[in-house]
Amino acid sequence: MSTAGRGRLRALGLVLPLLLFILVTFVAPLATMLLRSIHEPAVADALPETVAALGEWDGEGLPPEAAYEALARELVRARGERTLGKVAGAVNRVRSGLRSVFTRTARDLRDVGAGPWRDVLEGIDPAWAEPATWHAVRQTGQRFTSRHYLNALDLQRMPDGSVARQPEERRIYVSLLWRTLLVSAVITVLCLLLGYPVAHLIAHAPERRANVLLALVLIPFWTSLLVRTTAWIVLLQTQGVINDLLVAVGLVGDDGRLAMIYNMTGTIIAMTHVLLPFMVLPLYSVMRAIPGQYMSAASSLGATPAQAFFRVYWPQTLPGVGAGSLLVFILAIGYYITPALVGGSKGQLISNMVAYHMQTSLNWGLAAALGGILLAGVLALYMLYDRLVGVERLSLG
Amino acid sequence: MGFCALVLVFLVAPILVIVPLSFNAEPYFTFTEGMLRLDPEAYSLRWYREIAQNEVWTRSLVNSLIIGVSATFLATALGTLAALGLASPEMPSRRLVMSLLISPMITPVIISAAGMFFFYSSVGLGQTHLGLILAHTALGIPFVVITVTATLSGFDRNLTRAAASLGAGPLYAFRRVQLPLIAPGVISGALFAFATSFDEVVVVLFMAGIEQRTIPRQMWAGIREQISPAILAVATFLIVFATILLATVAWLRRRGAG
Repeated sequence: MSTAGRGRLRALGLVLPLLLFILVTFVAPLATMLLRSIHEPAVADALPETVAALGEWDGEGLPPEAAYEALARELVRARGERTLGKVAGAVNRVRSGLRSVFTRTARDLRDVGAGPWRDVLEGIDPAWAEPATWHAVRQTGQRFTSRHYLNALDLQRMPDGSVARQPEERRIYVSLLWRTLLVSAVITVLCLLLGYPVAHLIAHAPERRANVLLALVLIPFWTSLLVRTTAWIVLLQTQGVINDLLVAVGLVGDDGRLAMIYNMTGTIIAMTHVLLPFMVLPLYSVMRAIPGQYMSAASSLGATPAQAFFRVYWPQTLPGVGAGSLLVFILAIGYYITPALVGGSKGQLISNMVAYHMQTSLNWGLAAALGGILLAGVLALYMLYDRLVGVERLSLG
Repeated sequence: MGFCALVLVFLVAPILVIVPLSFNAEPYFTFTEGMLRLDPEAYSLRWYREIAQNEVWTRSLVNSLIIGVSATFLATALGTLAALGLASPEMPSRRLVMSLLISPMITPVIISAAGMFFFYSSVGLGQTHLGLILAHTALGIPFVVITVTATLSGFDRNLTRAAASLGAGPLYAFRRVQLPLIAPGVISGALFAFATSFDEVVVVLFMAGIEQRTIPRQMWAGIREQISPAILAVATFLIVFATILLATVAWLRRRGAG
């Protein structure tokens, strides 16, 4: 084997253990999670013959007796095998109210020996006489489904197969996505406005002073996120330090304390604080490489300070501006902890909705679809970052 | 200049405010009149005593250390090996591999946590220390890869060639020549990985049972459920800890001149 070939193999051999480790402990979990957004086999597994019988149905009026008969049999079996809850939950998410219909029907069917099953089921619950109920069963009976993604985009599949928008009061996710993008953009701009002068100051200060100033940026960077979030609660809450101060100085009355936390203001302030170092560090490393003589040259050639800055200095810092802004924006759109703790009900972002569907509503398919949309956005920005900056140049202080 | 000073105050002041408040003698989250008068009676160590005597906090410290130290060792060993391969000019698809290895750092943590929750539970690692160690290793690896590859980019390959020409085997040359020179980068990466695990709460929220609760998980509960100045005492402890880590990394960087 050639030396080059051996070098390749050696390099690959060194990387391989970690590559396998990441694939198993990180990539595989992400993939199984994303699979949930398009794959929901609960109904198809528990009610296979019902689903098959509904395949014969043209969708007009009510399905044939065979579907009623299969459903009656399989509901009782699902109840015995304890899969009924999952089935009822899945159907209920397509048409709310069906959870109780399913559990009641399965329970009451125990005492029934013989058909005709259509009459039996309609006798137990009139919902079985509504075509919409059967459309919901047929829809959830598909193993692979686009409904979670449709749902995440405030769309729904109509009984005739067409796609339509959700009714007005159920449109929440698209506006939440926009709000997340908007808030992230606001935070990125704030970080740039606050971080640019600071990075400039540190980059061109004498070394000893620069080290001290840099430490002031790095202390929050290294301090626990929960500590920083706690700090903002202590400062911003109605009985907190800042409100106490404002009342003591007389700027606001005791009954006029400002609501600066548990809303979007709290989320923006705390997240700007948390993400600011990610802006300052790349800016600093770019600015440090700009020789001071350039600016003096510009002014000795007659440029005003503003001209020297905008025509000479600013263009050279653009790589840092791009790197810092992209990084802050990427981190902001996926942020979870800070909005969850200081955002209240108004300051939540898309990640918090993923968590809500994971932990509270238990609509894992929808959580996965929202997560998939978020991940797609982040990965697109990450690829852009890699092209513009290169991932290996991520600044870690 | 004045603006920069304000921004630096914005960065540091919130953290510094926590420290005196953790010595509050009263169960409040704000400065009492006695504290402002610097009355010694208004200050006390009661919250520090409370956390030191509270088994919930001591056990979560032990859990944090077990998980953090194990994850750090794994991440540092695997990450350093991989960085050696990535630094080699013969490495194929270098850019692709690198961006894959760094992806845990930029993937929104809620997505990683949800995926890990399903996957680790399905293979029997839900609510175990091992599951959390593996998860935290994955999250810490990008930091090791980044710092070690950065250090290696300044490493003169002629040094290992010289060692080889003098008869050193590859392992011996690595251990005696290369490793001591890149050690500052390796240790910095390890400290980053440890800090990541020691501060991680979302994966723990999803995956840990009562037995695996860590310090950040306990603080989360403290902020959301029973707000007590005891968490300010813990926070002060974490601020001191972060400062030590930062000073160590800064010192290593100066030694490594990287």
